[in-house]
Amino acid sequence: MLTKKVKVRISVLFFFILLAVTIALLVLKSLEDNVVYFFSPSEVNSNKNISFNKTIRIGGLVKKDSINKEKNSINFIITDLNNEIIVSYSGLIPNLFSEEKGVVAEGKLKDNKYFIAEKILAKHDENYMPPEVKMALEKAKN
Amino acid sequence: MFKKFFPTKILSLSNNIFTILLVLMVSVITVGLINALVTSPPDAIQGDSVRIMYVHVPSSFIAMGCFAFIGIASVGSLIFKIKIFPLMSKSIAPVGSIFCLISLITGSLWGKPTWGTFWVWDARLTSMLILLLFYFVYILIWKFIRNFEKANKISSIIAILGSLNLLIIKYSVDWWNTLHQPSSITFTSAPTIHYTMLIPLILMMVGLIIFTIIIFLMKYKTEIIKFKINKKIKKKNYNNF
Repeated sequence: MLTKKVKVRISVLFFFILLAVTIALLVLKSLEDNVVYFFSPSEVNSNKNISFNKTIRIGGLVKKDSINKEKNSINFIITDLNNEIIVSYSGLIPNLFSEEKGVVAEGKLKDNKYFIAEKILAKHDENYMPPEVKMALEKAKN
Repeated sequence: MFKKFFPTKILSLSNNIFTILLVLMVSVITVGLINALVTSPPDAIQGDSVRIMYVHVPSSFIAMGCFAFIGIASVGSLIFKIKIFPLMSKSIAPVGSIFCLISLITGSLWGKPTWGTFWVWDARLTSMLILLLFYFVYILIWKFIRNFEKANKISSIIAILGSLNLLIIKYSVDWWNTLHQPSSITFTSAPTIHYTMLIPLILMMVGLIIFTIIIFLMKYKTEIIKFKINKKIKKKNYNNF
């Protein structure tokens, strides 16, 4: 089965795949800022050269008891449990938007702590369970 | 078992096998659908829209599985030059591409009620779209390049490149921040789906995999017949000269 010809083909293919993987890794590395869909509040805080005029997305959890609804606008705090950003938004909010749930806000930074969103997307996690189970879990917690 | 896939054997594959597979598929999908749409509970947070999962997850899995098969078969065909590898990958590509499309469409229908948008350019969704493009390019190469050897070589290289994308799809949710949630079912830890929802998911998965196998076998049979006819025509032309 493994004649000399086959061995040559295997090595050529191996180097071809190695080359392709390297190229793919380099491309992904250089495009990392674009591949990342959103920044966490900590990343915004630590990144000195983050731009204030460009539209960016930040994501994290909606802090408990931070949602403040007014007539046409809504304010809330996005947290990653280390750093926080206050978000101000007016418009439609998705159904799944709620306290202590994942959220992604698209818009512009005013400063390191204040963000004006143009769009709000809800992020959900990988846990699926029926309502009764969730209630039982919450009861067990308290 | 493997010998059954060789060209001479596959043609003698009786219609009984198709009937058995068909009956199996219809029964599994019927039970699965009833379970998924009626008896399984809604999700605590997402409500009834979670039922889209029972089609979305199997389709994505099959789309990726088919391309992984094509990738592995392509490596085999480039190294060992055995004709059944390209014929097999050529036959599995259409059904894989359709499931890729279904995965994207159901995903976008699921995204609207949960995330609040049909489409975002995050890593998972974009890499899945790239997989669909790879499928299209792969199929088009076989359609437009008449020379079998040439088409085989080019399509194999495309398939190997596309297989690298599979790794990106798989790990995109772990490597980068994405809007798409991480996997619920992994090899390393217990599934994060409650068992009442896991059962219909597995049933739908099995049913759709059987469907994929049926379509694959039908297409594979045709491809082999086509290949043999082409060979005969070539021989005839050669003898006439």
